[in-house]
Amino acid sequence: MNPDYYLILSALLFGIGAVGVLVRRNAIVVFMCVELMLNAVNLSFVTFSRINGNLDGVVMAFFVMVVAAAEVVVGLAIIMSIFRSRRSASIDDANLLKY
Amino acid sequence: MNPEVATGLATTGEQVAFWILGPLALLGAVGMIFVKNAVHSALWLVMTMLSLGCMYLTQGAQFLGFVQIIVYTGAIMMLFLFVLMLTGRESGDSVIESLRGQRVAALLVGLGFVGLLVSGLVHAVTGIEPVGLAAATAERGEMGSIANSLFTTFLFPFELTSALLITAAVGAMVLAHVEKRPGEKRSQLKMVNARMRSGRMSPLPGPGVFATSSSNATPALLPDGSVAPESVSSLVDQHESQDVARRHREGNDLSVLETIEHPHRAELEGRDRS
Amino acid sequence: MTETAEMAVPATGMAGAAMWLVLLPLIGTAIMLIGGRRLDRTGHLVGLLMVVAAFVLGLLMFLSHPASGEGTSIMDSNLFSWMPVEQLQVEFGLRIDPLSLTFVLLITGVGALIHIYSIGYMHHDPDRRKFFAYLNLFVASMLLLVLGNSFVTLYAGWEGVGLASYLLIGFWSDRPSAATAAKKAFIMNRVGDVGLALAIFLMFKEMGTTSFDGVFSQIGAVAEQSPGTVTAIALLLLLGACGKSGQVPLQAWLPDAMEGPTPVSALIHAATMVTAGVYLIARCSPIFNLTADGQLVVTIIGAVTLLVGCIAGCAKDDIKKVLAYSTVSQIGYMFLAVGLGAGVYALGILHLLTHGFFKAGLFLGAGSVMHGMNDDVDMRRYGGLWRKMPITFATFTFGYLALIGFPFLSGFYSKDPIIEAAFAAGGTKGWLLGGAALLGAGLTAFYMTRLMYMTFFGKARHEELRSADGREYHPHESPASMTVPMVILALGSIFAGFFLTQGERLAGWLSPSVGEFSEPHPEIVSATAVTVGTLVMIALGVVIAWLFVGRKPVPVQRPSDVSWVIRLARAEVGGDVINETLFATPGIKLTNSLVVAEEKAVDRVMTGFGTGLAALSARLRRTQTGYVRSYALSMLGGSLIVVLALLVVRFA
Repeated sequence: MNPDYYLILSALLFGIGAVGVLVRRNAIVVFMCVELMLNAVNLSFVTFSRINGNLDGVVMAFFVMVVAAAEVVVGLAIIMSIFRSRRSASIDDANLLKY
Repeated sequence: MNPEVATGLATTGEQVAFWILGPLALLGAVGMIFVKNAVHSALWLVMTMLSLGCMYLTQGAQFLGFVQIIVYTGAIMMLFLFVLMLTGRESGDSVIESLRGQRVAALLVGLGFVGLLVSGLVHAVTGIEPVGLAAATAERGEMGSIANSLFTTFLFPFELTSALLITAAVGAMVLAHVEKRPGEKRSQLKMVNARMRSGRMSPLPGPGVFATSSSNATPALLPDGSVAPESVSSLVDQHESQDVARRHREGNDLSVLETIEHPHRAELEGRDRS
Repeated sequence: MTETAEMAVPATGMAGAAMWLVLLPLIGTAIMLIGGRRLDRTGHLVGLLMVVAAFVLGLLMFLSHPASGEGTSIMDSNLFSWMPVEQLQVEFGLRIDPLSLTFVLLITGVGALIHIYSIGYMHHDPDRRKFFAYLNLFVASMLLLVLGNSFVTLYAGWEGVGLASYLLIGFWSDRPSAATAAKKAFIMNRVGDVGLALAIFLMFKEMGTTSFDGVFSQIGAVAEQSPGTVTAIALLLLLGACGKSGQVPLQAWLPDAMEGPTPVSALIHAATMVTAGVYLIARCSPIFNLTADGQLVVTIIGAVTLLVGCIAGCAKDDIKKVLAYSTVSQIGYMFLAVGLGAGVYALGILHLLTHGFFKAGLFLGAGSVMHGMNDDVDMRRYGGLWRKMPITFATFTFGYLALIGFPFLSGFYSKDPIIEAAFAAGGTKGWLLGGAALLGAGLTAFYMTRLMYMTFFGKARHEELRSADGREYHPHESPASMTVPMVILALGSIFAGFFLTQGERLAGWLSPSVGEFSEPHPEIVSATAVTVGTLVMIALGVVIAWLFVGRKPVPVQRPSDVSWVIRLARAEVGGDVINETLFATPGIKLTNSLVVAEEKAVDRVMTGFGTGLAALSARLRRTQTGYVRSYALSMLGGSLIVVLALLVVRFA
């Protein structure tokens, strides 16, 4: 079996995550969908690493995790502060910046 | 390390693992989207992440696999759950989609995107012989090889991530910090009481108004200090307004004038008192 | 015919100091303009000092200049590389040769005298310092014009004198007439300057250089290939010369330029700047020698101009305008001379020099008269002034005699050979040109006699009149600072012609620059006959003038019931009318219609475009809903397209 299947799985997960971002309105769930997309990419990184016999992909996945962690910290803090002022975690409620 | 990985092709055991873990991961992802309750979504996502972590392990990236399980599923997802609990776990989505056509469009675009990615990947990878990580990790082992790469080739990005993490930590603290305690806000009642006690109930005069008297007999003054007669209603006694103007010119206090005889003064005052 | 494409040698000796000729007056300008009000008391002395220093320097250079024939009399002093741009390499250099030195002496000499005169003339003007600053600027620009060793340098000076002329004509800028005259002069000069600029462009296109050496050495080759190009260059140069020198059809600005202070009229609009056109044609003699058509046009313009100037001068009552038209016609003589081609360029320069003396003297005399007459310029209000202003009268008389060509004064020596040369052109051409020149001489005598009579003789009409501001006239002699320059110029008017022609002194001196001089020998009539005829014409002019003006009292009011000849002359032979009908009125109509078109068409298209954009953006604005998810959808859609494009390119 070729590692292609991992890549197809990764693409599927990425697509599901993207659709989730577009469909869900709870900001935290949207965030989780973003995490899913990042994980899907990580899977493809690891698989590419294996195909090429080079550890760079793994290291890159490692960096993605670090950045994701930082992003989650800041993103959740933003959600917290929005929630505090508006008593809502729905991203549709934060729509003041428009025409 | 199992020797089969060294060839790059999947062993039977790995295939079995993939066909179990892959559907689980997909199931978790789909479940996360469709479940209404956010906490349940998080739990579905945990399942996907655990499956992915196991896949890393079977692919020979043991270090990353354990990091995935410990850091992601352990720490980050716990953070998610924590915030969910803070923001009220009942805050689920409403069933009705507020943006017209968003769901259909999202589904179509998502399917199209996946289709493109899959076709592109298949096209690109078909016929390529996977090398496997065995050769790359033969000398130092997997951990050692990653460490070697991280602290030589990727040293500068690695150091940068530390700055990123510190910035993120400080940012999170700034965003989450609350200056005043809840309940400290002044209510309307308190503000009204404060105004009553201040001795000046009425609002302050508008900008540019130089009010020395509250009598409506007080005429407006022209820039040269003379009286503008048309500023006083014709119903008001003209003597009174001229008197006001004279006193103003002489710099006398105008409050005296407010006691000038009013036809119904006593009557009014009596009503006020009662 | 000797080709003048003699190459220049590097400047040595005194000639190396040529740049100081230009720098000194320029420094004077800078000092006076930057110094401001603090120099109000002393500024004019700075200006005078600079010009006198330049004159002394020019004199030293002249005296140390090697005599002609030694092969080194044309020198170039290259100062710096001005425009080193790929093909266009313009050196900033000065040319010191007999022609430029002659002009240097004229400019700085007459300039210094007029500076002295201006000290007295402008004594009461609060802006005297500014006036001297502009005068110095003019002297610097004019020196740059005559000294430049390339057409671009010449052009810089050319524009510089145009600017100085504009500033000085409009010096009394609170007078609307002065401001208008300044504008008119500036704009009409621009017409000519465009011609000069185009000529330079054409030279650069054809020969790849703009330096005198380069152009004159290659013009022969160009003439063999395409004679039309050389004619075009010559005609464009001529257009430039006409603009600067007030020649038909660009003559109308020069009489109006008399709105400026009188020393300006004397220095710029009589003695120096207006002769720049003659200089240009003399300097470009290698070009004009190659194109007979170009030379013919020059002579025609000269002949027409000299007649137009004379006729218009006959009817003017404004003393300065008569002199201005006289200038126009005398420059017409010079054009006629330089247009007659190889051998007689020197005659044009000779007349230019003598004219510089007597016309500057006449203008200064007119200024002196005006000075004593409350700045009134109407000759009908003068009369009998010879008793009140003896020195002015005497100097003016010598200038007058020199101008009309009275025997053995300067004008005689310079004008008579030009008339002879015109007859020497031969055939019908000779008869026409010579006849025009001869008629011009008679007319000159007529209007100058009329001017003399109305101003200095007859009844003292001013005694019963008041000037426009209500003052009585108290004619008096001007101060010494004004009379001394007049006396010097009068001496020049008397002796310069004899001195310069004695033994062909000037012609020989100039030969390295403009070619060997050859005495004109008219074939159709003998030279003696021409001289006698000229003298008869002059005498006739004087007599007719006396018959018209001297016999009966001059009316103070201008008679309105006059014959068509006088009406034509009063209308300046149609100069302004032609300008108005041919250019100004159609131009104004064109402008008005363009304004309408601009408002109706261009503006509407623009506002329509703007309105359309605004409406479009008002609709596009609605896509900014503020919902993050719709933005995310469009992002994903965009990514889809990008991935599609990548895949198509990669796997197509």
